[in-house]
Amino acid sequence: MSELIQVIDSYGLIVAFLVVGLVMYFSEIISKKIFRSKIPGSAIAIFAGLVLGYIGGVFGGGEKGLSDIPVFKGVGFMGGGMFRDFTIVATAISASFFLIKKSGLAGMISLFLGLIIFFIVGVSLGWAWGFRDPVTLTTIGAGACTYIIGPITGAALGASSDIIALSIGIGVVKTITVTIFTPILAKRIGLNSEGSAMSYGGLMGTTSGVAAGLAATDPKLVPYGAVTATFYSGLGCLICPSVFYLILDWLV
Amino acid sequence: MIYGIAILAFSFLLGQWMGVLLGHWIGIDSNVGGVGFAMIILILTKEGFQRKGWFKPELEYGVDFWGKLYIPVVVAMAASLNVKAAITSGSLAIAAGAIPVFICFAVFPYLNKALKTS
Repeated sequence: MSELIQVIDSYGLIVAFLVVGLVMYFSEIISKKIFRSKIPGSAIAIFAGLVLGYIGGVFGGGEKGLSDIPVFKGVGFMGGGMFRDFTIVATAISASFFLIKKSGLAGMISLFLGLIIFFIVGVSLGWAWGFRDPVTLTTIGAGACTYIIGPITGAALGASSDIIALSIGIGVVKTITVTIFTPILAKRIGLNSEGSAMSYGGLMGTTSGVAAGLAATDPKLVPYGAVTATFYSGLGCLICPSVFYLILDWLV
Repeated sequence: MIYGIAILAFSFLLGQWMGVLLGHWIGIDSNVGGVGFAMIILILTKEGFQRKGWFKPELEYGVDFWGKLYIPVVVAMAASLNVKAAITSGSLAIAAGAIPVFICFAVFPYLNKALKTS
Protein backbone atom coordinates (compact mmCIF):
# COMPACT_ATOMS: atom_id res chain seq x y z
CA MET A 1 0.00 0.00 0.00
CA SER A 2 2.80 2.42 0.85
CA GLU A 3 4.28 1.70 -2.60
CA LEU A 4 1.01 2.77 -4.25
CA ILE A 5 0.91 5.97 -2.22
CA GLN A 6 4.50 6.63 -3.26
CA VAL A 7 3.55 6.25 -6.93
CA ILE A 8 0.49 8.51 -6.51
CA ASP A 9 2.64 11.06 -4.77
CA SER A 10 5.33 11.10 -7.47
CA TYR A 11 2.97 11.33 -10.45
CA GLY A 12 0.39 13.88 -9.36
CA LEU A 13 -0.50 15.13 -12.83
CA ILE A 14 -1.00 11.60 -14.16
CA VAL A 15 -3.31 10.88 -11.22
CA ALA A 16 -5.25 14.02 -12.18
CA PHE A 17 -5.71 12.72 -15.76
CA LEU A 18 -7.19 9.52 -14.32
CA VAL A 19 -9.44 11.34 -11.82
CA VAL A 20 -10.74 13.83 -14.39
CA GLY A 21 -11.17 11.06 -16.96
CA LEU A 22 -13.33 9.11 -14.50
CA VAL A 23 -15.36 12.23 -13.66
CA MET A 24 -15.97 12.88 -17.38
CA TYR A 25 -16.92 9.22 -17.98
CA PHE A 26 -19.47 9.05 -15.17
CA SER A 27 -20.85 12.49 -16.07
CA GLU A 28 -21.45 11.28 -19.62
CA ILE A 29 -23.33 8.23 -18.28
CA ILE A 30 -25.42 10.42 -15.94
CA SER A 31 -26.17 12.78 -18.85
CA LYS A 32 -27.39 9.93 -21.08
CA LYS A 33 -29.19 7.73 -18.56
CA ILE A 34 -30.75 10.28 -16.20
CA PHE A 35 -31.09 13.50 -18.20
CA ARG A 36 -31.51 11.81 -21.62
CA SER A 37 -28.74 14.07 -22.99
CA LYS A 38 -30.82 17.20 -22.27
CA ILE A 39 -28.12 18.46 -19.89
CA PRO A 40 -24.79 17.76 -21.62
CA GLY A 41 -22.14 15.58 -20.05
CA SER A 42 -19.56 18.38 -20.00
CA ALA A 43 -21.87 20.63 -17.95
CA ILE A 44 -22.45 17.81 -15.47
CA ALA A 45 -18.69 17.15 -15.36
CA ILE A 46 -17.91 20.80 -14.54
CA PHE A 47 -20.64 20.84 -11.90
CA ALA A 48 -19.20 17.60 -10.50
CA GLY A 49 -15.82 19.36 -10.46
CA LEU A 50 -17.32 22.14 -8.33
CA VAL A 51 -18.89 19.60 -5.97
CA LEU A 52 -15.48 17.94 -5.64
CA GLY A 53 -14.00 21.38 -4.97
CA TYR A 54 -16.52 21.89 -2.18
CA ILE A 55 -15.88 18.44 -0.69
CA GLY A 56 -12.14 19.07 -0.96
CA GLY A 57 -12.61 22.37 0.86
CA VAL A 58 -14.49 20.63 3.67
CA PHE A 59 -11.97 17.79 4.12
CA GLY A 60 -8.77 19.54 3.07
CA GLY A 61 -9.55 22.71 4.99
CA GLY A 62 -7.63 24.83 2.50
CA GLU A 63 -8.47 27.33 -0.20
CA LYS A 64 -7.77 25.19 -3.25
CA GLY A 65 -10.61 22.70 -3.03
CA LEU A 66 -9.75 19.11 -3.85
CA SER A 67 -6.10 19.87 -4.60
CA ASP A 68 -5.46 20.61 -0.90
CA ILE A 69 -5.83 16.88 -0.24
CA PRO A 70 -2.29 15.53 -0.94
CA VAL A 71 -3.46 12.56 -3.07
CA PHE A 72 -5.23 14.97 -5.45
CA LYS A 73 -2.66 17.75 -5.59
CA GLY A 74 -2.10 17.07 -9.31
CA VAL A 75 -5.69 18.18 -10.00
CA GLY A 76 -4.67 21.67 -8.95
CA PHE A 77 -1.74 21.57 -11.35
CA MET A 78 -3.92 20.36 -14.21
CA GLY A 79 -6.53 23.05 -13.48
CA GLY A 80 -3.93 25.75 -12.93
CA GLY A 81 -3.26 28.85 -15.01
CA MET A 82 -0.73 27.29 -17.40
CA PHE A 83 -2.90 24.45 -18.71
CA ARG A 84 -6.04 26.58 -18.63
CA ASP A 85 -4.55 29.33 -20.77
CA PHE A 86 -2.69 26.96 -23.11
CA THR A 87 -5.76 24.81 -23.85
CA ILE A 88 -8.07 27.79 -24.30
CA VAL A 89 -5.68 29.36 -26.82
CA ALA A 90 -5.62 26.02 -28.66
CA THR A 91 -9.42 26.13 -29.10
CA ALA A 92 -8.93 29.18 -31.36
CA ILE A 93 -7.49 26.97 -34.13
CA SER A 94 -11.00 26.23 -35.41
CA ALA A 95 -11.99 29.91 -35.59
CA SER A 96 -11.90 31.83 -38.82
CA PHE A 97 -10.45 35.30 -38.92
CA PHE A 98 -12.94 36.41 -41.53
CA LEU A 99 -15.86 35.86 -39.14
CA ILE A 100 -14.08 37.56 -36.24
CA LYS A 101 -13.40 40.63 -38.36
CA LYS A 102 -17.05 40.66 -39.38
CA SER A 103 -18.35 40.84 -35.83
CA GLY A 104 -15.53 43.01 -34.45
CA LEU A 105 -17.76 46.03 -33.83
CA ALA A 106 -20.55 43.88 -32.38
CA GLY A 107 -17.96 42.32 -30.08
CA MET A 108 -16.81 45.74 -28.83
CA ILE A 109 -20.38 46.93 -28.19
CA SER A 110 -21.26 43.81 -26.21
CA LEU A 111 -17.96 44.03 -24.24
CA PHE A 112 -18.71 47.54 -22.99
CA LEU A 113 -22.40 46.82 -22.39
CA GLY A 114 -21.52 43.69 -20.41
CA LEU A 115 -18.94 45.42 -18.20
CA ILE A 116 -21.32 48.33 -17.50
CA ILE A 117 -24.27 46.06 -16.58
CA PHE A 118 -22.24 43.79 -14.29
CA PHE A 119 -20.45 46.69 -12.60
CA ILE A 120 -23.59 48.77 -11.97
CA VAL A 121 -25.65 45.84 -10.68
CA GLY A 122 -22.74 44.65 -8.52
CA VAL A 123 -22.24 48.11 -6.99
CA SER A 124 -26.01 48.54 -6.42
CA LEU A 125 -26.21 45.21 -4.59
CA GLY A 126 -23.14 46.14 -2.52
CA TRP A 127 -24.92 49.39 -1.63
CA ALA A 128 -28.08 47.46 -0.73
CA TRP A 129 -26.01 45.22 1.57
CA GLY A 130 -24.83 48.32 3.43
CA PHE A 131 -21.43 49.13 1.93
CA ARG A 132 -20.82 52.86 1.35
CA ASP A 133 -17.06 53.20 0.81
CA PRO A 134 -16.26 53.82 -2.90
CA VAL A 135 -13.15 51.57 -2.85
CA THR A 136 -15.18 48.68 -1.40
CA LEU A 137 -18.08 49.26 -3.78
CA THR A 138 -15.75 49.41 -6.81
CA THR A 139 -14.08 46.15 -5.74
CA ILE A 140 -17.48 44.44 -5.33
CA GLY A 141 -18.63 45.75 -8.72
CA ALA A 142 -15.37 44.57 -10.31
CA GLY A 143 -15.85 41.15 -8.68
CA ALA A 144 -19.29 40.98 -10.29
CA CYS A 145 -17.45 41.33 -13.63
CA THR A 146 -15.03 38.43 -13.02
CA TYR A 147 -13.00 36.88 -10.20
CA ILE A 148 -9.90 38.20 -11.97
CA ILE A 149 -11.01 41.82 -12.32
CA GLY A 150 -12.21 41.90 -8.67
CA PRO A 151 -8.89 41.21 -6.92
CA ILE A 152 -6.85 43.22 -9.45
CA THR A 153 -9.11 46.24 -8.91
CA GLY A 154 -9.16 45.73 -5.14
CA ALA A 155 -5.37 45.51 -4.99
CA ALA A 156 -4.95 48.56 -7.21
CA LEU A 157 -7.27 50.65 -5.01
CA GLY A 158 -6.07 49.27 -1.67
CA ALA A 159 -9.24 47.47 -0.57
CA SER A 160 -9.11 45.27 2.55
CA SER A 161 -8.35 41.56 2.13
CA ASP A 162 -11.80 40.33 3.19
CA ILE A 163 -13.40 42.54 0.54
CA ILE A 164 -10.99 41.15 -2.06
CA ALA A 165 -11.94 37.61 -0.96
CA LEU A 166 -15.61 38.58 -1.25
CA SER A 167 -15.05 39.90 -4.79
CA ILE A 168 -13.46 36.57 -5.78
CA GLY A 169 -16.46 34.77 -4.26
CA ILE A 170 -18.86 36.91 -6.33
CA GLY A 171 -16.87 36.18 -9.50
CA VAL A 172 -16.87 32.43 -8.82
CA VAL A 173 -20.66 32.44 -8.32
CA LYS A 174 -20.97 34.33 -11.62
CA THR A 175 -18.85 31.75 -13.44
CA ILE A 176 -20.91 28.90 -11.98
CA THR A 177 -24.19 30.62 -12.88
CA VAL A 178 -23.09 31.27 -16.47
CA THR A 179 -21.76 27.70 -16.82
CA ILE A 180 -24.97 26.08 -15.62
CA PHE A 181 -27.52 28.34 -17.30
CA THR A 182 -25.87 28.88 -20.71
CA PRO A 183 -26.78 25.43 -22.10
CA ILE A 184 -30.22 25.57 -20.45
CA LEU A 185 -31.19 28.98 -21.85
CA ALA A 186 -29.17 28.99 -25.11
CA LYS A 187 -32.10 28.08 -27.38
CA ARG A 188 -34.49 30.52 -25.78
CA ILE A 189 -32.15 33.53 -26.14
CA GLY A 190 -31.06 32.72 -29.72
CA LEU A 191 -27.50 31.67 -28.93
CA ASN A 192 -26.93 29.43 -31.93
CA SER A 193 -24.39 30.98 -34.33
CA GLU A 194 -20.75 32.09 -34.40
CA GLY A 195 -21.81 35.75 -34.43
CA SER A 196 -24.18 35.41 -31.50
CA ALA A 197 -21.53 33.45 -29.55
CA MET A 198 -19.11 36.37 -29.98
CA SER A 199 -21.66 38.88 -28.68
CA TYR A 200 -22.49 36.49 -25.86
CA GLY A 201 -18.83 36.14 -24.85
CA GLY A 202 -18.48 39.91 -24.75
CA LEU A 203 -21.67 40.45 -22.77
CA MET A 204 -21.06 37.74 -20.15
CA GLY A 205 -17.30 38.09 -19.89
CA THR A 206 -16.11 35.28 -17.63
CA THR A 207 -13.92 33.24 -20.00
CA SER A 208 -14.19 29.97 -18.11
CA GLY A 209 -17.96 30.32 -17.62
CA VAL A 210 -18.66 31.30 -21.23
CA ALA A 211 -16.33 28.65 -22.68
CA ALA A 212 -17.66 25.91 -20.38
CA GLY A 213 -21.26 26.95 -20.99
CA LEU A 214 -20.77 27.10 -24.76
CA ALA A 215 -18.95 23.76 -24.76
CA ALA A 216 -22.03 22.26 -23.18
CA THR A 217 -24.25 24.05 -25.72
CA ASP A 218 -22.28 23.45 -28.91
CA PRO A 219 -18.48 22.88 -28.86
CA LYS A 220 -18.12 24.64 -32.24
CA LEU A 221 -19.09 27.97 -30.60
CA VAL A 222 -16.41 27.88 -27.87
CA PRO A 223 -13.60 29.75 -29.66
CA TYR A 224 -15.96 32.50 -30.83
CA GLY A 225 -17.31 33.15 -27.35
CA ALA A 226 -13.89 32.76 -25.76
CA VAL A 227 -12.10 35.19 -28.06
CA THR A 228 -14.34 38.11 -27.02
CA ALA A 229 -14.59 36.93 -23.41
CA THR A 230 -10.81 37.00 -22.95
CA PHE A 231 -10.80 40.70 -23.80
CA TYR A 232 -13.46 41.27 -21.14
CA SER A 233 -11.00 40.69 -18.29
CA GLY A 234 -8.36 42.81 -19.99
CA LEU A 235 -10.75 45.68 -20.60
CA GLY A 236 -12.23 45.29 -17.12
CA CYS A 237 -8.81 45.42 -15.43
CA LEU A 238 -8.23 48.57 -17.44
CA ILE A 239 -11.42 50.54 -16.73
CA CYS A 240 -12.67 49.26 -13.33
CA PRO A 241 -9.84 50.72 -11.19
CA SER A 242 -9.70 53.89 -13.31
CA VAL A 243 -12.80 55.22 -15.11
CA PHE A 244 -15.43 53.30 -13.10
CA TYR A 245 -13.76 54.11 -9.77
CA LEU A 246 -13.46 57.83 -10.57
CA ILE A 247 -17.13 58.04 -11.60
CA LEU A 248 -18.24 56.16 -8.49
CA ASP A 249 -15.98 58.22 -6.20
CA TRP A 250 -17.51 61.36 -7.66
CA LEU A 251 -21.06 60.02 -7.16
CA VAL A 252 -20.72 58.72 -3.58
CA MET B 1 2.44 16.96 -34.59
CA ILE B 2 5.14 18.61 -32.49
CA TYR B 3 5.32 21.42 -35.07
CA GLY B 4 1.66 22.18 -34.38
CA ILE B 5 2.34 22.29 -30.64
CA ALA B 6 5.37 24.49 -31.30
CA ILE B 7 3.24 26.95 -33.30
CA LEU B 8 0.72 26.96 -30.45
CA ALA B 9 3.51 27.54 -27.92
CA PHE B 10 4.96 30.36 -30.03
CA SER B 11 1.55 32.10 -30.32
CA PHE B 12 0.94 31.54 -26.62
CA LEU B 13 4.24 33.00 -25.43
CA LEU B 14 4.11 35.96 -27.82
CA GLY B 15 0.52 36.73 -26.75
CA GLN B 16 1.33 36.50 -23.05
CA TRP B 17 4.35 38.75 -23.56
CA MET B 18 2.13 41.35 -25.25
CA GLY B 19 -0.33 41.03 -22.35
CA VAL B 20 2.38 41.65 -19.75
CA LEU B 21 3.77 44.58 -21.76
CA LEU B 22 0.29 46.11 -22.03
CA GLY B 23 -0.18 45.59 -18.29
CA HIS B 24 3.05 47.45 -17.53
CA TRP B 25 2.12 50.15 -19.98
CA ILE B 26 -1.21 50.93 -18.29
CA GLY B 27 0.34 50.59 -14.84
CA ILE B 28 -1.33 47.36 -13.67
CA ASP B 29 1.18 44.76 -12.59
CA SER B 30 -0.52 41.86 -14.33
CA ASN B 31 -1.18 40.21 -17.66
CA VAL B 32 -3.84 42.19 -19.54
CA GLY B 33 -5.53 40.21 -22.32
CA GLY B 34 -2.57 37.91 -23.01
CA VAL B 35 -4.82 34.95 -23.77
CA GLY B 36 -6.82 37.05 -26.20
CA PHE B 37 -3.68 38.25 -28.00
CA ALA B 38 -2.38 34.67 -28.18
CA MET B 39 -5.63 33.45 -29.76
CA ILE B 40 -5.51 36.18 -32.39
CA ILE B 41 -1.84 35.40 -33.16
CA LEU B 42 -2.68 31.70 -33.51
CA ILE B 43 -5.58 32.42 -35.87
CA LEU B 44 -3.43 34.80 -37.96
CA THR B 45 -0.54 32.30 -38.08
CA LYS B 46 -2.92 29.59 -39.23
CA GLU B 47 -4.38 31.84 -41.97
CA GLY B 48 -0.87 32.79 -43.10
CA PHE B 49 0.31 29.16 -43.21
CA GLN B 50 -2.83 28.12 -45.10
CA ARG B 51 -2.23 30.78 -47.73
CA LYS B 52 1.31 29.51 -48.25
CA GLY B 53 0.15 25.91 -48.28
CA TRP B 54 2.24 24.98 -45.25
CA PHE B 55 -0.69 24.07 -43.06
CA LYS B 56 -0.89 20.26 -42.90
CA PRO B 57 -3.57 18.24 -41.05
CA GLU B 58 -0.70 16.93 -38.93
CA LEU B 59 -0.09 20.48 -37.64
CA GLU B 60 -3.72 21.02 -36.78
CA TYR B 61 -3.77 17.73 -34.89
CA GLY B 62 -1.08 18.96 -32.48
CA VAL B 63 -3.12 22.05 -31.65
CA ASP B 64 -6.47 20.26 -31.66
CA PHE B 65 -5.20 17.80 -29.05
CA TRP B 66 -4.75 20.63 -26.56
CA GLY B 67 -8.02 22.26 -27.57
CA LYS B 68 -9.88 19.03 -26.76
CA LEU B 69 -8.28 19.01 -23.31
CA TYR B 70 -9.94 22.32 -22.47
CA ILE B 71 -13.07 20.89 -20.81
CA PRO B 72 -11.14 18.34 -18.71
CA VAL B 73 -8.86 21.19 -17.58
CA VAL B 74 -11.92 23.27 -16.67
CA VAL B 75 -13.22 20.33 -14.62
CA ALA B 76 -9.88 20.17 -12.81
CA MET B 77 -9.98 23.95 -12.29
CA ALA B 78 -13.51 23.79 -10.86
CA ALA B 79 -12.36 21.07 -8.47
CA SER B 80 -9.49 23.21 -7.22
CA LEU B 81 -11.43 26.46 -6.66
CA ASN B 82 -12.35 27.67 -3.21
CA VAL B 83 -15.99 26.64 -3.71
CA LYS B 84 -16.58 26.41 0.03
CA ALA B 85 -15.65 30.08 0.56
CA ALA B 86 -17.79 31.14 -2.40
CA ILE B 87 -20.77 29.46 -0.74
CA THR B 88 -20.07 30.60 2.82
CA SER B 89 -18.93 34.17 2.05
CA GLY B 90 -22.46 35.34 2.38
CA SER B 91 -25.64 36.03 0.52
CA LEU B 92 -24.05 39.02 -1.26
CA ALA B 93 -21.66 36.75 -3.15
CA ILE B 94 -24.58 34.72 -4.47
CA ALA B 95 -26.78 37.76 -5.22
CA ALA B 96 -24.06 39.83 -6.92
CA GLY B 97 -22.77 36.74 -8.73
CA ALA B 98 -26.12 35.57 -10.08
CA ILE B 99 -28.50 38.54 -10.51
CA PRO B 100 -26.50 40.43 -13.19
CA VAL B 101 -26.11 37.19 -15.15
CA PHE B 102 -29.89 36.82 -15.39
CA ILE B 103 -30.24 40.48 -16.38
CA CYS B 104 -27.78 39.78 -19.20
CA PHE B 105 -29.74 36.69 -20.23
CA ALA B 106 -32.80 38.96 -20.52
CA VAL B 107 -30.86 41.66 -22.44
CA PHE B 108 -29.05 39.29 -24.83
CA PRO B 109 -31.91 38.62 -27.32
CA TYR B 110 -32.35 42.39 -27.83
CA LEU B 111 -28.60 42.96 -28.19
CA ASN B 112 -28.40 40.08 -30.63
CA LYS B 113 -31.26 41.48 -32.72
CA ALA B 114 -29.85 45.02 -32.68
CA LEU B 115 -26.39 43.83 -33.77
CA LYS B 116 -27.81 41.60 -36.50
CA THR B 117 -29.84 44.35 -38.11
CA SER B 118 -27.13 46.98 -37.90
